[in-house]
Amino acid sequence: MPEQILNMTGVSKSFPGVKALKDVHFDLFAGEVHALMGENGAGKSTLMKVLTGIYQRDEGEITCFGEPVHFKNTREAQDKGICIIHQELNMMNHLTVAQNMFIGREKSKGLFLDDRAINDDAVKILAKLGIAINPKEIMGHLTVGKQQMVEIAKAISLNSRLLVLDEPTAALTDVEIEHLFKVMRDLKEQGVGMIYISHRMDEIARITDRVTVLRDGEYVGTLVTKESTHDQIVRMMVGRTIFEEPKQKSTCPPDAPVILEVENLNAGRMVQDVSFQLKKGEILCFAGLMGAGRTEVARALFGADPKTSGTIRVKGQTVQINGPQDAVNAGIGYLSEDRKRYGVALGLSVADNSVLSNLDAYSGRLFIRQREINQVASRYVDKLNTRTPSIRQLVRNLSGGNQQKVVIAKWLIRDSDILIFDEPTRGIDVGAKSEIYKLIHELVDEGKSIIVISSELPEVLRLADRVLVMCEGRITGEVEAGASQETIMSFAHQRQEQPAV
Amino acid sequence: MNVLMKKPTTGEETGKHALAGNQRLYALVAMILIYALFAVFGRNFFSFETAVNILDASYYIGFLAIGVTFVIITGGIDLSIGTVAMCSAMIGGVAWEKWGLPFIAGLVIILVSGALFGLLNGFLVSRLKLPPFIATLGTMMISLGISSIVSKVQTVNFPSRTSEEGWFKSVFSKVQLPSGAMLPTGAILLLAVLLIAFVVLNKTKVGRYTFAIGSNEEAVRLSGVNVVFWKTIPYIISGLCAGMAGIAYASTYTTVVPGAGQGFELDAIAGVVIGGTSLSGGVGSVFGTLIGVMIMSILRIGLPSMDLQPHYQKLFTGIVVIIAVLMDISQQKKR
Repeated sequence: MPEQILNMTGVSKSFPGVKALKDVHFDLFAGEVHALMGENGAGKSTLMKVLTGIYQRDEGEITCFGEPVHFKNTREAQDKGICIIHQELNMMNHLTVAQNMFIGREKSKGLFLDDRAINDDAVKILAKLGIAINPKEIMGHLTVGKQQMVEIAKAISLNSRLLVLDEPTAALTDVEIEHLFKVMRDLKEQGVGMIYISHRMDEIARITDRVTVLRDGEYVGTLVTKESTHDQIVRMMVGRTIFEEPKQKSTCPPDAPVILEVENLNAGRMVQDVSFQLKKGEILCFAGLMGAGRTEVARALFGADPKTSGTIRVKGQTVQINGPQDAVNAGIGYLSEDRKRYGVALGLSVADNSVLSNLDAYSGRLFIRQREINQVASRYVDKLNTRTPSIRQLVRNLSGGNQQKVVIAKWLIRDSDILIFDEPTRGIDVGAKSEIYKLIHELVDEGKSIIVISSELPEVLRLADRVLVMCEGRITGEVEAGASQETIMSFAHQRQEQPAV
Repeated sequence: MNVLMKKPTTGEETGKHALAGNQRLYALVAMILIYALFAVFGRNFFSFETAVNILDASYYIGFLAIGVTFVIITGGIDLSIGTVAMCSAMIGGVAWEKWGLPFIAGLVIILVSGALFGLLNGFLVSRLKLPPFIATLGTMMISLGISSIVSKVQTVNFPSRTSEEGWFKSVFSKVQLPSGAMLPTGAILLLAVLLIAFVVLNKTKVGRYTFAIGSNEEAVRLSGVNVVFWKTIPYIISGLCAGMAGIAYASTYTTVVPGAGQGFELDAIAGVVIGGTSLSGGVGSVFGTLIGVMIMSILRIGLPSMDLQPHYQKLFTGIVVIIAVLMDISQQKKR
């Protein structure tokens, strides 16, 4: 009978104005992978921060490896063998891999640091996990996937017996995800307990033993993964069932006019001779592996990155797009992948963010017409069902899904005809995802035309009237709604044949 | 060729600090080119005396720049280094000249004062979380005030060469060799401190955490490291080096005036930036700093030799600083 390495009972935690955790229970056995699920804002992060000593709980008991604990900081939690791999990677990009792994535990030869020793140790640890990374490589030069592998290796090297993985696969390729799962299975056999926070149902089904669901800071229930269904879990998370059926047929009328034409777009290695059309009222999805060049196409089209060549025609007229200003004036809006960095001004309110692309329309020669801004912002908060205490709330205090809605409102208020959504539901829970899908369909009903870039195949199949698949900077395939995952996947792997050397 | 024109080596740094490495190389090349320019076109520029003048001008600024490099690598800034240097020199000078303490004690007091001001800065920034700009600005003004208070608004005179403590100048500034030539002992001291700083920055925990905190302070904190402690150290180092700068200034110019020091910090920081250390933190090098300081000294000495007025020096320094920062930004973009 495996030992219970963690038992949290009756845990509560409040912040000014919000009760983040109310009487929550959670337990974990050695060698178990236990999923922690819930909508954004349900309390998952808060629970983990209480566990790892970043926050102090108000009420409740936590027993770790048989002893009651009350961690006052991360060091204490670390010493007890608990380690968290954050969603937003925490590393020092200017230092090497080995230096990152051994920060705080540097080896010394007399007065001086012994980098050779930590390089050797790093190599051993990475090899044991089957990761091929040079320990002398500068962290900032690695891909996000590799960085995450290093962070996991670092946690293992700290002799952690309890790992918390917060959305670990969000930025990994399929190959890297397989690798991660293999490492997790090895860790299971070694008796390491893992708490797995993710929104990806298929992964939860594959790798976890049990699932615990939180909703609005409260404990809803725990299921054994093998004995539970997708619908059951979703219902626990949102209190209602959601259908995610793939689209069988295109809902765009075949005689719809072409609203956007891109010809021979070239922008470096990631965008090679890309040409395509978008019809009015169509949802066109760009599928492919991470790094296929889809974001780069969108950014080149939008003028965010320079292009070496390419003709763009909006509603039949050729437009010169040298910068986002030109694209926005042509009626194109772009919701970027990384909304915190490129989509919103975190320090500004919901109202101010909503009119960010359209401030001219809401200001006179000297002054801004704040009352009108507040009115239109409120209208869109209602229309999009954005959960925020007020339009004056700072966007940084909203959950991911609601921040995304503020970005969408911005482009709607600008009345862009063509919207490019880049990974619109990344890091967003099932409930909010469904709302965004509904929203996208409402937008095309109103006559907008939408390009969706997505790495989640179920999402692509759910939304697309047509799919363009990219691989390594080129468009490798085009399929209609109703295509299979396998077809799309095979196009996504269709690399350019390298000439024999 | 000028034997005393020591050119620091840049070959040791591996890809580890490649960004700083590139800019340091450009800085080194720039320094050689500018020197060559003045040597060819300037009047009497290419001479031993001029070289000594250049080293003299780099001397106390050099100490300031080496110390503040540590702070800038953490992503912070220290505006108080100039006034702290002079205030510390003032306190030590007063202790010897007016209070009668032995001269060695006076020197020690200078270093301790510098370190204490540094500790104050570190406390304000690390513990109380004040923005470094504001905290060190406050310390700058505090040290200006203390300088005048301690000295009762009177100048202090350090030992001249002929006095009882004449070894002061010989050790910290220049010494006359039997052959008649002047050996710049001060410059040798600066280079020694430079080497120590290099070792500390690159081979000890202090240096490692300095880079780490500059790269991502939150990540270091979440890794269980006592960031409040380790972030204070660079400021103490900066203060200590400011103390050394005070000694250097006193040994070169003998008289210390109350309320002096304002403006030194800008020269020092300009040198740091020209040398390849990024103001955004995480990357930097003390060798680069020295090259940057020397480029500015060469300009300061060289421009008059081409019959350009000294105020042109400020203009050119400003242009060089902007070019250096532009290069830094374009390097960052490339990644």
